[in-house]
Amino acid sequence: MKALEVKNLKKRYGDNEIIKGISFEMEKGETIVVIGPSGTGKSTMLMCINRLIEPDEGKIFLNGEEITGSKHPEIFRQKIGMVFQEFNLFNHLTVLDNVRIGPIKVKKLPREIATKVAIENLKKVGLESRINAYPAQLSGGQKQRVGIARALAMEPQLMLFDEPTSALDPELVGEVLEVIKKLAREGMTMLIVTHELGFARDVADRIIFMENGEIIEQGSSEILVNPSKERTKQFLAKFKEGR
Amino acid sequence: MDLLSILQVLLKGTLITAELAVISFAMAFVVAIPFSLGQVYGNATLKIITTVYERVIRGVPLLVVMFIIFFGFPSLGIRFDPFTASVLSLGICSSAYQSQIFRGALLSVPKGQIMAGQSLGMTGTQIFIHITLPQALRFSIAPLTNEFTIVLKDTSFAYALGVTELLREGTYIISTTYEPLLIYLLCAAIYFVITFSTNSIVRKVEKRFAIHGFEFRGERA
Repeated sequence: MKALEVKNLKKRYGDNEIIKGISFEMEKGETIVVIGPSGTGKSTMLMCINRLIEPDEGKIFLNGEEITGSKHPEIFRQKIGMVFQEFNLFNHLTVLDNVRIGPIKVKKLPREIATKVAIENLKKVGLESRINAYPAQLSGGQKQRVGIARALAMEPQLMLFDEPTSALDPELVGEVLEVIKKLAREGMTMLIVTHELGFARDVADRIIFMENGEIIEQGSSEILVNPSKERTKQFLAKFKEGR
Repeated sequence: MDLLSILQVLLKGTLITAELAVISFAMAFVVAIPFSLGQVYGNATLKIITTVYERVIRGVPLLVVMFIIFFGFPSLGIRFDPFTASVLSLGICSSAYQSQIFRGALLSVPKGQIMAGQSLGMTGTQIFIHITLPQALRFSIAPLTNEFTIVLKDTSFAYALGVTELLREGTYIISTTYEPLLIYLLCAAIYFVITFSTNSIVRKVEKRFAIHGFEFRGERA
């Protein structure tokens, strides 16, 4: 059984087809990094997986269960962690409450247990000392690590990362990538959209190159060095010139 | 009339003014919440109904609403005493403004936080109760205070229906003392003191409920 199966996923807005029939599979514990130019549907694809965006066509399975077509997407969203480019922390809640609100309200865990789970995950991202801080009192890198802990506290079967470092100052990118690398080593199943190619090479079991709503090429991190498709080459060349 | 008895009479009027303001503001609050919810979350029909109500009421002067209710409605067989008619008019008008305050506050909660709530598996109701509402209420404190001071000052229109509120008591005093400047200045001072102290109290409330870290306004996450 695959951790995630995406079959012929399509999404359009009006006449504009954003995702033109994407299919891929993920093994349990696998880390896949999705790269590609901006505006090619990478984020849309991620959000279709937990149905924050409703796909038009195609089927998605999480550990063999069909996500698409379910009347209650929230049941699947509990099992899929999501980390956003803009962090999207709950501004009115402390770091601790941000992380334990999911376990308490959604999983209905008793408060003490949820607190324990939250603190464990905050330790994992190195923020156990900031549990009483509010999001606006944190740096961008800290915010994103809280965002990761918040998703992890739900003990997800799959983690989705939507450009987790794109909104960060360069000097703060490293601390967030370190946390994600640690998760990869621990065997978390992760689908990561990023522009950090060096990080992609380090962490990815497989790399998917997307352009114009299609998968152009996929393979090991070798494709970052020796791409077989012309479009991948062009994209990577732009990176070498410096963005 | 000595100053003490003048103040006594004015204070009696002030009490009525305060009653008018508090009751009509509270009534408007109760009406405005469901209306703003209808405008933000409702289906098309609900959105149209609430929007039409809000536009029409905001487009008609308070005094006209008062005259319709107090002088107009009796020909339909509906009669109100001046105080009730004033409260109704003030409440109806303020409800339209308050619904806009809540609507704006609800829409000010960043959409990303709602997506984050969804991604945790929260239901729409859970997101509303735990994410949207607590922040929207905080956003509405300042504009609601402003609206309350407007309602308080607008209670002076109840004068026109013969309610013996602050301004009318003042006018009664003038008819015996012939001191319009002094008395009206006193009235003005009383209105000012009430609005000023309301604002100061609310500022403390606002501080108490402020979201920490927003006092130094970092980037909006």
